[in-house]
Amino acid sequence: MKPDTLAGLALRSAAVGYVLCLVLLPLLVIGKQSLAGGLASFLEDIRQPQAAAAIVLTLEMALVTTMINAVFGTLSALALVRYEFPGRWFLNAVVDLPFAIPTLVAGLMIAAIYGTTSPFGAWLQQGGIAVLYNTPGIVLAMLFVTMPFTIRAVQPVLMELEREQEEAAYTLGAGRWATFWKVIVPGMLPGLLTGVFLTFVRALGEFGSVVIVAGNIPMKTQVAPVYVYGEIESYNPRGATSVSVLILLISFVALVIMERLTRPPGERLPIFVQRRLTVEPLSR
Amino acid sequence: MKIEIRHLSKRFGTVEAVSDVSFAVEEGELLGLLGPSGSGKTTVLRIIAGLETPSTGDILIDSVRVNDLPAQRRNIGFVFQHYALFKHLTVFHNVAFGLKIKKWRRAEMAQRVSDLLRLMGLEALADRYPHQLSGGQRQRVAIARALAPKPSVLLLDEPFGAVDAKVRQELREWLIRLHDDLNVTSLFVTHDQEEAMEVSDRIIVFAKGHLEQIGSPADVYEEPATEFVARFIGSMNILEAKVTNGKAKVGSMEFPVSEFPDGQQVQVGFRPYYVKVSEDPARFRQQARLRHVYFLGVAYRLEIETDDGVILRSRMNKEEYRQCKFEVGQPVSYAITHFRILPQEGKPGAFLQPPQPPESGPFTP
Repeated sequence: MKPDTLAGLALRSAAVGYVLCLVLLPLLVIGKQSLAGGLASFLEDIRQPQAAAAIVLTLEMALVTTMINAVFGTLSALALVRYEFPGRWFLNAVVDLPFAIPTLVAGLMIAAIYGTTSPFGAWLQQGGIAVLYNTPGIVLAMLFVTMPFTIRAVQPVLMELEREQEEAAYTLGAGRWATFWKVIVPGMLPGLLTGVFLTFVRALGEFGSVVIVAGNIPMKTQVAPVYVYGEIESYNPRGATSVSVLILLISFVALVIMERLTRPPGERLPIFVQRRLTVEPLSR
Repeated sequence: MKIEIRHLSKRFGTVEAVSDVSFAVEEGELLGLLGPSGSGKTTVLRIIAGLETPSTGDILIDSVRVNDLPAQRRNIGFVFQHYALFKHLTVFHNVAFGLKIKKWRRAEMAQRVSDLLRLMGLEALADRYPHQLSGGQRQRVAIARALAPKPSVLLLDEPFGAVDAKVRQELREWLIRLHDDLNVTSLFVTHDQEEAMEVSDRIIVFAKGHLEQIGSPADVYEEPATEFVARFIGSMNILEAKVTNGKAKVGSMEFPVSEFPDGQQVQVGFRPYYVKVSEDPARFRQQARLRHVYFLGVAYRLEIETDDGVILRSRMNKEEYRQCKFEVGQPVSYAITHFRILPQEGKPGAFLQPPQPPESGPFTP
């Protein structure tokens, strides 16, 4: 252990205080508010048909988003790390744009492309595919704002994964496919899991872009954050808080699981249980 | 298994990393590929393993050409310089990896892995992850993993490069014992000439993609085939001289080289232990001054400056040194007992003069 210095103590106090003031305090307040009417009224709030539908829809959309981004984010990260191609640097720079663009603007852009006033949107509509004011629109909006998470979480882990590990697998008889699944995927798993969980919790809370593209039809295309906003607008702060707290709880649990899964091997929760084969000791 | 390399060349772009290299590794041999970094030795190893494809030339394992066989099917164990252990797997599962790929039966696999872990002294660490091991332990896991599927050949790339000096010495001795026990044909790459000498049955010296010499450690040390080998292996005094009247002259030193025509430029080489030094000015004919004394543990290295201003290195064992009572700066006398004319650059293998027999008595020019 390092000796306790004043600077060390100050640093730790600052860190704890910072997180406490900025994150934990508001959380406690909102948690207390949601339970002000007792657990029964909290449950009643979230069982409201509209609220329940919004929560279920949000979870579904976030899950679909997470799955799509997990696959394409991983492939993009692989392409960016492993292959040289013209414009790679540009692509790499553009990946972070969704972080920089206001989410409302993201929503406007999606509406401009898929709206019936654009040729593409009109063509889709003719084919009977409605993107805007429908669930595909919500997924598109969520995909856009969460795109950097998986790519940026997987990229550094992939860069660190030594090529020699793959070559070692080859010399041990593993083909490309086996090497991908048994060496590369487990190697980048911590990054992938971080990306996946961050994508999921970010998608759960997305408001700005979704509010523009979803149409917000109660029971159909209204997601939880939009529902919360509606409740505040119609002077029902308790209903708003209850749904908020549920979403927060889900996110919190997801983040705790993420933390446990991404520790160094040996300290993580077992994901793929390695069966240890025991042998009888040799008789002498 | 016997490995044969025939006229192997490898170009990366415009750089020729390996040029026209041929050699054979005998069954059960432990062969060292020695050379400075960038000399092409690791490339040769990777080509044998199938991790690189040769530009031209053939690789034969047990007389079968394996050029077109992918790494997966060459049945070769490869130990990487930085171990390349699978970080997400325990020691046990790292070693079992190749057996799982080859679909060994569970009980046999467990038996094989346990046997290897016992052989490597790693039984207690079976459930550890690579990041929980020391460098020497990781290296042993890497060797166990490579040996598990019973490869016909074991290739090791700078196997002791990444561990500290003391562990390196232990691992060397351990590798020799392991090789004696298992008798698997092995090739290892090193840039450390002492390591190559100590561990190998035979050494191949590489420089700039060329094969300079193949031979036993004693051959390579005592009879360097090229100037590069002479300079690279061990310590050697090398003097430039021009032949006049059948003698190569450097200051007051004269070396009889009657087989060379007058006017030819030659390089005279002699190991430090062929330079005898005495504090008695009358003992040898040549005079010099003692500039430095270096303590090497087992011996002393003396640096003398001759009256002509040539600096020579001499080596003395402890007993000899203690009898002499040297003081730095004092005048000394010296003699060169053996010398050889080094083969010239650009003529590899042209061994121009056999060394003087070691027992021919002191030679005083």
